[in-house]
Amino acid sequence: MGRTLAEKVWEQHVVRRAEGEPDLLFIDLHLIHEVTSPQAFDGLRMAGRKVRRPDLTIATEDHNVPTVLGPISDPVSKTQVETLRKNAAEFGVRLHPMGDAGQGVVHIIGPQFGLTQPGMTIVCGDSHTSTHGAFGGIAFGIGTSEVEHVLATQTLPAYRPKTMAIEVSGELPVGVTAKDLILAIIAKIGTGGGQGYIVEYRGEAVRKLSMEGRMTVCNMSIEAGARAGMIAPDETTFAYLKGRKHAPTGADWDTAVEYWKTLKTDDDAVFDKVVEIDASVLTPFVTWGTNPGQGLPLGAAVPDPAEMADATERAAAERALEYMGLTAGTPLSEIEVDTVFVGSCTNGRIEDLRAAAEILRGRQVKTRTLIVPGSMLVKLEAEKEGLDKVFEAAGAEWRQAGCSMCLGMNPDTLQPGERSASTSNRNFEGRQGKGGRTHLVSPQVAAATAVTGRLTAPADLAVTA
Amino acid sequence: MDAFTTHTGTAVPLRRSNVDTDQIIPAVWLKQVSRTGFEKGLFSAWREDPSFVLNNPVYDGATILLAGPDFGTGSSREHAVWAIQQYGFRVVIAARFGDIFRNNSTKMGLLPVILDAKIVEELQAAVEADPTTQITVDLTEREVRLGQDAWSFEIDDYTRWRLLEGLDDIGLTLRHADDIATYENGRQPWLPTTV
Repeated sequence: MGRTLAEKVWEQHVVRRAEGEPDLLFIDLHLIHEVTSPQAFDGLRMAGRKVRRPDLTIATEDHNVPTVLGPISDPVSKTQVETLRKNAAEFGVRLHPMGDAGQGVVHIIGPQFGLTQPGMTIVCGDSHTSTHGAFGGIAFGIGTSEVEHVLATQTLPAYRPKTMAIEVSGELPVGVTAKDLILAIIAKIGTGGGQGYIVEYRGEAVRKLSMEGRMTVCNMSIEAGARAGMIAPDETTFAYLKGRKHAPTGADWDTAVEYWKTLKTDDDAVFDKVVEIDASVLTPFVTWGTNPGQGLPLGAAVPDPAEMADATERAAAERALEYMGLTAGTPLSEIEVDTVFVGSCTNGRIEDLRAAAEILRGRQVKTRTLIVPGSMLVKLEAEKEGLDKVFEAAGAEWRQAGCSMCLGMNPDTLQPGERSASTSNRNFEGRQGKGGRTHLVSPQVAAATAVTGRLTAPADLAVTA
Repeated sequence: MDAFTTHTGTAVPLRRSNVDTDQIIPAVWLKQVSRTGFEKGLFSAWREDPSFVLNNPVYDGATILLAGPDFGTGSSREHAVWAIQQYGFRVVIAARFGDIFRNNSTKMGLLPVILDAKIVEELQAAVEADPTTQITVDLTEREVRLGQDAWSFEIDDYTRWRLLEGLDDIGLTLRHADDIATYENGRQPWLPTTV
């Protein structure tokens, strides 16, 4: 019987297999940031251990960094960032600190450097590590104990998750994006739907996505509960990688591509679970609640918990509406927001910024609008294209690279009761700042919303403009 | 980590589904560089509400958290596990867990027990009726017991053994350093390095 892509990549990385034990898996790339690593380095120090493979490890500063120029003013954040610098120096790990041209959100810089390649195993103390699966590797988030384990051994003991295929048939309609697709998938299978699985996204609509779009989809695999998400590499993948700093060159490139072409699910392979979704009927999608599974098409209305059959779902919806300050039956397109955020490891790449700029060109924003490039390289590229000028002319704020308003660990936060349309990945209570209310959207919807001040699809903007 | 064999204690019923790690320990607490002091951050936003279950003194001293389904979804922050442990819990029982949270728990010796949602609700109801109710979680027998009732739970042999012995993974893995070296020598030369 044939094998799935996930099985092929997994088998390639088994260092040791023994009856009744998890596989010992080799890790090809370990990404580090300041939040989940300090206690791991402490552990190494206490045990007198070294980083086994600093040459397979890379660190950046992202979660705590302010996105306006200047030093970190919060002393606790500053200590955390300084701790990373000390640890990187002591253990010989390459670090891209604030101000460095290579600095940025950890999941943006790996692919940009060409460090993320097909068939690799990639981990990071960050759940959105699933992003890197867009290149056809197995990439997943780990906790600090496992960060320490990878630093010390370059391996992880793990049981191979089950495999799930998400077959996306048809073509995404114009104006419907990778973000809308993944939000629709999460709404369909639920926040626990992927638990215990590695998801492979397949089908016509997935093949047609750019690498940026594929990264957006894989990024939010964790919001569906999946351990990892992946997409088989193809010409789109190879074209993205070619010429990047750490991509193979010369004869190595040819050898690598030949191998990468074998990284696909065999026709006769069997997945443990298959989910089907028709892309052609999708429309812009938005979340209304406090978990990413609580989403609906933007054309719908706030749901009525009383109509929900499942008691757990109903209780969660009632609680969510109360937190979000929403009333059942209100059209989603009438919800007014205070802030728009474009950025994060979900939607902070150049293509996302281009999409937002296209909508904001020649228009004015009505709300506070933060445009935050995912990395310094994205920032430079955007400025070369003049996107920064478009944003500033529209009245939006053009910022430095970082995680920014995705997670409430740096100065970019919502105030209690404030509402945002955000291109990030989590609408949890307080995620963007205590008491803040988050609606997850695509960059296009975010930009259109900035123009009208209420949740808006770009298509509706064209009519009213 | 501390070994876990059998534990008996009182419990707190947390009747909410999809409790994500941002609720368990809000991000502002993640700026610490130490491994201690996270008990103050446990559910810190929710604890501001006097009616939140952890603020009810009848549950003081509880060591078992009876949670709703999909507990510990979201971020990979192990701080969530540290906060729960440092607050005094030894066990979390839920119908479903976020994968990373569950994995992190077993690395730290916090036992995540999966029971059917109906059973978790029964346990919650029992504890609400009498907060002094003692629940036993027996890892040796893979069993949760309350009075005359017992429910078995699944956990793989290897993880169970590690928890029973209180063994840490790094030491176990380093016994196979030769296997790692052999694997490294066979890797494709064109694979990227960060150098």
